Amino acid sequence: MGRYVIRRLLQMIPVFFGATLLIFLMVNVMGDPIAGLCGDKACDPSTAAQLKKEFGLDKPVWQQYLTYMGNVFTGDFGTAFNGQKVTELMSAAFPVTIRLTIVAILFEIVIGISLGVVTGLRRGRPVDTVVLMLTLVVIAIPVFVTGLLLQLLLGVEWGIVKPTVQPEAPFNELLIPGLVLASVSLAYVTRLTRTSIAENARADYVRTAIAKGLPRRRVITRHLLRNSLIPVVTFIGTDVGALMGGAIVTERIFNIHGVGYQLYQGILRQSTQTVVGFVTVLVLVFLIANLIVDLLYAVLDPRIRYA
Amino acid sequence: MPEPYDDGAIAGTGAGGAMDLAASEATTLERTPGGPQGTGPAEKARSLWSDAWRDLRRNPVFIISSLVILFLVVISLWPSLIASGNPLQCDLAKAQEGSQPGHPFGYNGQGCDVYTRTVYGARTSVTVGVCTTVGVALFGSFVGGLAGFFGGGWDALLSRVTDIFFGIPVVLGGLVFLSVVTSSTVWPVIGFMILLGWPQIARIARGSVITAKQNDYVQAARALGASNSRMLLRHIAPNAVAPVIVVATIALGTYIALEATLSYLGVGLKPPTVSWGIDISAASQYIRNAPHMLLWPAGALAVTVLAFIMLGDAVRDALDPKLR
Amino acid sequence: MRGATHAKWAAGAVIVALAATACGGGGSGGGGGADGIVSSSWGDPQNPLEPANTNEVQGGKVLDMLMRGLKRYDPKTGEAKNMLAASIDTSDSENFKVTLKDGWTFSNGEKVTAKSFVDAWNYGANLKNNQKNASMFAYIDGFDQIHPKSGSPSTDTMSGLKVVDDKTFTVKLNQKFSTWPDTLGYPAFAPLPRAFFDNHAAWLSKPVGNGPYTVDSYTKGSKLSMRKWAGYMGEDKAQNGGIDLKVYTDNNTAYTDLTAGNLDLVDDVPASQLKNVKADLGDRYINTPAGIIQTLAFPYYDAAWNTPNAAKVRKGISRAINRQQITDTIFQKTRTPATDWTSPVLGEAGGYKAGLCGDGCDYNPAEAKKLIADGGGIPGGQLKISYNADTGSHKEWVDAVCNSINNALGNDRACVGGPVGTFADFRSQITQSKMSGPFRAGWQMDYPLIQNFLQPLYYTGASSNDGKWTNADFDKLVDQANAETDKAKAVSTFQQAEGVVRDQMAAIPLWYQNGSAGYSTRISNVSLNPFSVPVYDQIKVS
Repeated sequence: MGRYVIRRLLQMIPVFFGATLLIFLMVNVMGDPIAGLCGDKACDPSTAAQLKKEFGLDKPVWQQYLTYMGNVFTGDFGTAFNGQKVTELMSAAFPVTIRLTIVAILFEIVIGISLGVVTGLRRGRPVDTVVLMLTLVVIAIPVFVTGLLLQLLLGVEWGIVKPTVQPEAPFNELLIPGLVLASVSLAYVTRLTRTSIAENARADYVRTAIAKGLPRRRVITRHLLRNSLIPVVTFIGTDVGALMGGAIVTERIFNIHGVGYQLYQGILRQSTQTVVGFVTVLVLVFLIANLIVDLLYAVLDPRIRYA
Repeated sequence: MPEPYDDGAIAGTGAGGAMDLAASEATTLERTPGGPQGTGPAEKARSLWSDAWRDLRRNPVFIISSLVILFLVVISLWPSLIASGNPLQCDLAKAQEGSQPGHPFGYNGQGCDVYTRTVYGARTSVTVGVCTTVGVALFGSFVGGLAGFFGGGWDALLSRVTDIFFGIPVVLGGLVFLSVVTSSTVWPVIGFMILLGWPQIARIARGSVITAKQNDYVQAARALGASNSRMLLRHIAPNAVAPVIVVATIALGTYIALEATLSYLGVGLKPPTVSWGIDISAASQYIRNAPHMLLWPAGALAVTVLAFIMLGDAVRDALDPKLR
Repeated sequence: MRGATHAKWAAGAVIVALAATACGGGGSGGGGGADGIVSSSWGDPQNPLEPANTNEVQGGKVLDMLMRGLKRYDPKTGEAKNMLAASIDTSDSENFKVTLKDGWTFSNGEKVTAKSFVDAWNYGANLKNNQKNASMFAYIDGFDQIHPKSGSPSTDTMSGLKVVDDKTFTVKLNQKFSTWPDTLGYPAFAPLPRAFFDNHAAWLSKPVGNGPYTVDSYTKGSKLSMRKWAGYMGEDKAQNGGIDLKVYTDNNTAYTDLTAGNLDLVDDVPASQLKNVKADLGDRYINTPAGIIQTLAFPYYDAAWNTPNAAKVRKGISRAINRQQITDTIFQKTRTPATDWTSPVLGEAGGYKAGLCGDGCDYNPAEAKKLIADGGGIPGGQLKISYNADTGSHKEWVDAVCNSINNALGNDRACVGGPVGTFADFRSQITQSKMSGPFRAGWQMDYPLIQNFLQPLYYTGASSNDGKWTNADFDKLVDQANAETDKAKAVSTFQQAEGVVRDQMAAIPLWYQNGSAGYSTRISNVSLNPFSVPVYDQIKVS
């Protein structure tokens, strides 16, 4: 087990370097970031040259990358164009996004798995068909349409919730954005659980449990659900990373100042430091979430052992 | 779960480390060694497909979704069959007007006929969906298949590359790759979606190849001295391809929806291309005043996505002997 | 069948939305902060909030509340009026003597002296400080030494600036510029306290100025709270307790928040919502002219566009654009069709001349088609109008302009929009002279002078002459106008120069942009200045 974890952690190192290099190159391909700094005017050439020098943009890309990575290892993620430290941006943005992600994941777990269990046990019945339809509809509509529609209806027309989120982003204001963010994944989780439950419901061990005379509730929660959760856990685990970085559209609609917002700003302003910094952290989150998922397998399925 | 390979037991569980639901759903069907049929491997493969086909022909979901898709393909090829107008002919004086005789869906914000644009948009959106899916499926299975088949160092390398591509935010990728493109054709968008979409299929393909590789008949073929390419193409691929097909059909719908999101962010398809994504993103701002502008292209998109997802669903159910 | 279910669902939702729209409307009493505090929409400023480093309206908004300079543009008329300056005298349009008023201090108690100005200007001009508006000081003698074209500055002070005593300093320009004092209302010319130089980082996190407001707290990227400063010396004292600026990424979201009662003031109503403002806000909506003109610029570095025939084509394109219809439909009258290259906020005396463009700006599809054909057709066969897709909803009007041109020419592919993903990329393509066709050009005046609408945009090698247009007659007339000491004569010479721009159709004028703002029932006396910035200090809270 310990060796396995260490091996996986070691493998993260090349992924980390590869991802940062790739992102670094991508942002560099986008062209000259200085040009966008002077509004609709052109920066005067000497100021532009001076700015390039200050941000190290006058050096070859490989040298920029090495300098950047060297700084990252001393905890310095650089400075955004508005003069803020990237670490400062991160400490403001990540708590917000983590809260949003938690809300979204809770929706996925609570609603998604419940619906999945219900439909899985009643495969082919009307309730199954209805939920199936709903999930398909949710998958088929782009997130920004869902978001704008919910914001308009709940926030403006009916005044049930505030249409946007305050900078402090308390949990209760994140409910609707969280639901929007989770919507597609929610549909996936429902369908995953449904299939898994339906399949395992015919497994021998479930039949044995029922034959033993265990109460139905106990059969479902202890035997059936636990064994059906592996694909769901896989999905949710990998979804954590996707939700955190993929909230760009949702955060924009609800004016949430989280990771997606900073990333979007960084991209628009072509601030290499911001983008690479945030994506690096996201890649790490993604890798660690994957590792945790793999370890959870052993918990859920005793047959799995790591060497 | 005996054989230790790179990612521990993931693939062995049938979950395949897959991000996509259908991946894990689908790979499960591969771990039924010595299933109820108990027949030989080659025969089993054939009967799996023919059984599936017999199932599908009787499945109303399959029939309906196939008809919808057929219809879409036809109007993509010959849009003028059902729309006589010109999607680029716009009269600002009629902007945002509602339904009227001869123009059942009304006009959009530029005064273009929504019905004509919805019909003509099908070609782009279906092209984007189908081409992206084919590209992703081919490239993803190639990489994933190699990783799964050869294992060891190859697997570690290819899987880590997959991880790297997984880590790139779609919007960043979109802004980077698509903003440098000046072409107004659909190909850059398709190329971009393949670039960020293949890791999903690669993981699934890898998982199912690993599972298939352990089957007795593959071991037998190896023992008989079959070459790598013969094993991969004759024995493993036919048994590992099902999950890829299933996931791909579901993903196809999401690619069409993704094109809409890219357009919303301003990096999707460029005019004068007509697509649902462009129209949906333009109309989303007017959701309060003129919802009809959003309703029709979004409805067409949803129906298309539904048709492909249902097709994928039906195929998966048909391929899964346990759910029969 | 499933499709039908979906359609029904969507239709149901839409009907509900419609019904609710009809019943909703009149926003509730806004959700601002504490008593007397106005909450207003804001965009994250792109650069640190230094006066000479702020060149966009979001940072400018803050400086307008925080800083007062020698002059200030009247929020109504745009006229440059003395603020801190008691007098600015000159006899030769080249040497100026500035005298300050008594008693002004910064909010930290420090006195505003002649040195506060001279130090601030030297800082702003110095190449070492990376100030993006350094070129605002280019007319001052010694600028070339402190801001050399290449290499590092040889001095830290401009030779043209001399402190005489606490209240007086002199300025020597490197050329005659009779209206130079009128440029001094620009925020880059604001004075700075010692704290700015002594502890720069602290100043940036909580700027200190001499304006009617002080910074209470500043959370970068999300919120800036400003409170009324009781010790403010000017006459334009704040009429409210303070302003909370809240950052929005999308002006649509800000508008949504206003209608839901979470925000008091939105100073940029998105075009797509303009149809709703009557229902949502009633008369709590203002739409006033601002010193902004939108044009289409052309790449004159591309040989195809730099021919005598191309001028005909440009004129043809201009005549193919139905400006009236586009401003009415797409912009709901928040833009006015342009008939010259300046702005109505200048006023007749300031150089605005309606109709100067003549028939070149009149919509006439038949003439347009003929002119373009006479000129040899559109270079390259297709017109691609480039714009940036990330901000400002440019797509809608570009598409409308293209449709107008296509309809006039009877060719549905004659003109297409060319979106560029990010503003930075758009700008870098322009500065690297990579444009192959017309591109969006917006000009927001720095100061309300006709000079500012012409020289930076069309003078050979000027800072915002993005199309690299060059014309000896134009340059000569501008030089002549700048040297003119009589204001009326200067203006008419500038108008002659503008005539050259017209004859060549150097850029196609599209429309004058208005400032538009909506506000909640909590506040009143809201207005926009000619720079389309709300006049925050006059807002009253009920």
